[in-house]
Amino acid sequence: MTQIILDKKIATDDWNLVADDMALTAAKEVINFSRWAAAIGVEKEALITKRDAGTLGIQLNAGDTADLLADECQDFALINVEFPKFADGRGYSAARLLRERYGFTGQLRSVGDVLFDQLFYMMRCGFNAMAMRADQDLDLAVKGFETFSAPYQADVNDKRPLFRRRN
Amino acid sequence: MYVYDDYDQRLINERVAQFQDQMNRYLDGKIPEEEFLPLRLQNGIYVQRYAPMLRIAVPYGMMNSQQLRKMAEIARDYDRGYAHFSTRQNLQYNWPKLEECPEILAELATVQMHAVQTSGNCIRNTTTDEYAGVIAEELVDPRPYCEIIRQWSTFHPEFAFLPRKFKIAVNAVEDADRAATRMHDVGIQIVRNEAGELGYRVYAGGGLGRTPILSSVVREFLPEEDLLTYLDAIIRVYNQFGRRDNKYKARIKILVKALGVERFSELVEAEWEHLKDGDGKLPSEELERIKSHFTEPDYLALEADPATYTDALASDKAFARWVERNVRTHKKSGYAVATFALKQKGTAPGDVTDSQIFAFADLADKYSFGEARSTHQQNLVLADVEQAKLYELWQEAKVLGLATPTLGLLTDMICCPGGDFCALANAKSLPIAEALQNAFDDLDYLHDLGEIDLNISGCMNACGHHHIGNIGILGVDKKGEEFYQVSLGGASGADAAVGKILGPSFARNRMTDIIRIILDVYVAQRINGENFIETFRRVGMDPFKTAAYPAKESSAKATAK
Repeated sequence: MTQIILDKKIATDDWNLVADDMALTAAKEVINFSRWAAAIGVEKEALITKRDAGTLGIQLNAGDTADLLADECQDFALINVEFPKFADGRGYSAARLLRERYGFTGQLRSVGDVLFDQLFYMMRCGFNAMAMRADQDLDLAVKGFETFSAPYQADVNDKRPLFRRRN
Repeated sequence: MYVYDDYDQRLINERVAQFQDQMNRYLDGKIPEEEFLPLRLQNGIYVQRYAPMLRIAVPYGMMNSQQLRKMAEIARDYDRGYAHFSTRQNLQYNWPKLEECPEILAELATVQMHAVQTSGNCIRNTTTDEYAGVIAEELVDPRPYCEIIRQWSTFHPEFAFLPRKFKIAVNAVEDADRAATRMHDVGIQIVRNEAGELGYRVYAGGGLGRTPILSSVVREFLPEEDLLTYLDAIIRVYNQFGRRDNKYKARIKILVKALGVERFSELVEAEWEHLKDGDGKLPSEELERIKSHFTEPDYLALEADPATYTDALASDKAFARWVERNVRTHKKSGYAVATFALKQKGTAPGDVTDSQIFAFADLADKYSFGEARSTHQQNLVLADVEQAKLYELWQEAKVLGLATPTLGLLTDMICCPGGDFCALANAKSLPIAEALQNAFDDLDYLHDLGEIDLNISGCMNACGHHHIGNIGILGVDKKGEEFYQVSLGGASGADAAVGKILGPSFARNRMTDIIRIILDVYVAQRINGENFIETFRRVGMDPFKTAAYPAKESSAKATAK
């Protein structure tokens, strides 16, 4: 099984991303947002049933903004945010919006080109899970959350900027 | 100026440790080149034509003498004995060793300096007026706002990987703009509303580069305490919707243009609605805390224009000329603001040697409360000099080669490092600057010409700000040969404008002649003491075009096309 980082520890991944043309099973499965958005009728009902059973996750791909899901995000157990390239920073805004504006409390996971030197920022933007790129060293990665002890800005974990925390 | 507390210092120390670790992993082959790139960029390191270049942040241009000495030491110990001030008030080293950069950053951290986000697709050093805090005409001192922005932008978790670089400038003078505010991604003009409350007019979408655009007003009045939440809103919109498919179309100016400023503003306002009353709103205690770092030094009660000063002006013409050009009025009676041109013949604009920096630090201690500033025009400033001591200061600066009386004149040009150093450049820019400095070295002629901004960039990236020079020169590559395109009519002040292209580009060896032809047209056309830009605006491009491209030549060119 694939290893991921979950709540700053190495964990075994129990979710599968399912291609758009593949049928779903009863297992924990993630579909692309576009499939969710396009589904209608019985297909949508099946997805809703699966979602309510806590076994359907949604993946926001590059260019999918958080407002597409908006408050609906709260109904899912897991949301993936794709980083197509490590230098593509849209996912940081998506994560903050899901957490801070739309009230998502489930597992928020970065996927794709996820590298060690992004982890600290990702954690601050509300990701509690990271599916790192295959070549990354997870034992090293779990140390990537300690880089800065007291950052200036507010973030998802502490909504007070430093100017409200300074002694 | 701002002094770090434990929080600030710890963050910078942690940054040094982080980068040292990143460098180690890179040198061990654990981070590939492509992935190391944004990491080193966000620590100020470009890999250039011959060596890496390290860009040190000089937040809004403020430096104390201890910091100056550290900068000089680094130039001496890690570089080739000199450094370069950039147009965004930063300092660049051209020859450091890549593997020594973390060590240099550790040295800088000991004097509360860093290279954080001086490069890369993130929020860069915030710049402002080099005369901040010492001139009567400013509304308030803009530096506390710059420092607030510096802290907010440092390691901002959401905005470290923007579509493209992001530059903010702050200005607090209504009718002058020494920070080229409207050429920035975001420009903050500090204003008062009708009720007399302090706040900001917020501009967005300005920039140079391939597509020079003056920024547009996004909000006419933003209350003082809302600075950071509004910036968060602007950049969040940009981060989500700015183009990422083409780096030449990725700046916020392209987004603002594509959406139209009205639509862009709507998006920002809608985003801001969610943020404005949150914890990001600046409490008055924080505004006061930061402002308390920028209080006045212990000025003496002095009479204006003391006899020692006026006598020296009367008896020493060269001093009087320097004062006329390089010294300006201070808000305190008996004090003056002195600018030292880093535009010596034979050196690149903005270049200083380690010994000049050491000596300048001593001048800062002796004459200006131990503080100095760097400027958008690539010069240095001592902002709090007693008029009575100006003559003595000038004599010392002259020995150092820092007292050229040419501030604002033709040879006080802005120039990027160009093809001599920069891997991006299409053409060299420094030899053009040098040729012009040599050709136009007659002080009487320069003073007669009056104020002219001449800006030179070695490529489209426009680091030399050629678009906003009254005379702009852009290096272009024509089938492997260096050519130079001339533009006229650009301006960077409160009446900022983007220059228009004169015509087909010229070979390097013709540049001095062409500039002379342009200046001759100006001198022939000017009336009533107009300066260059005023004449240009009145007479337009045609007389310059006619003189630069005599009929025969232009028709020959036309047929050749």
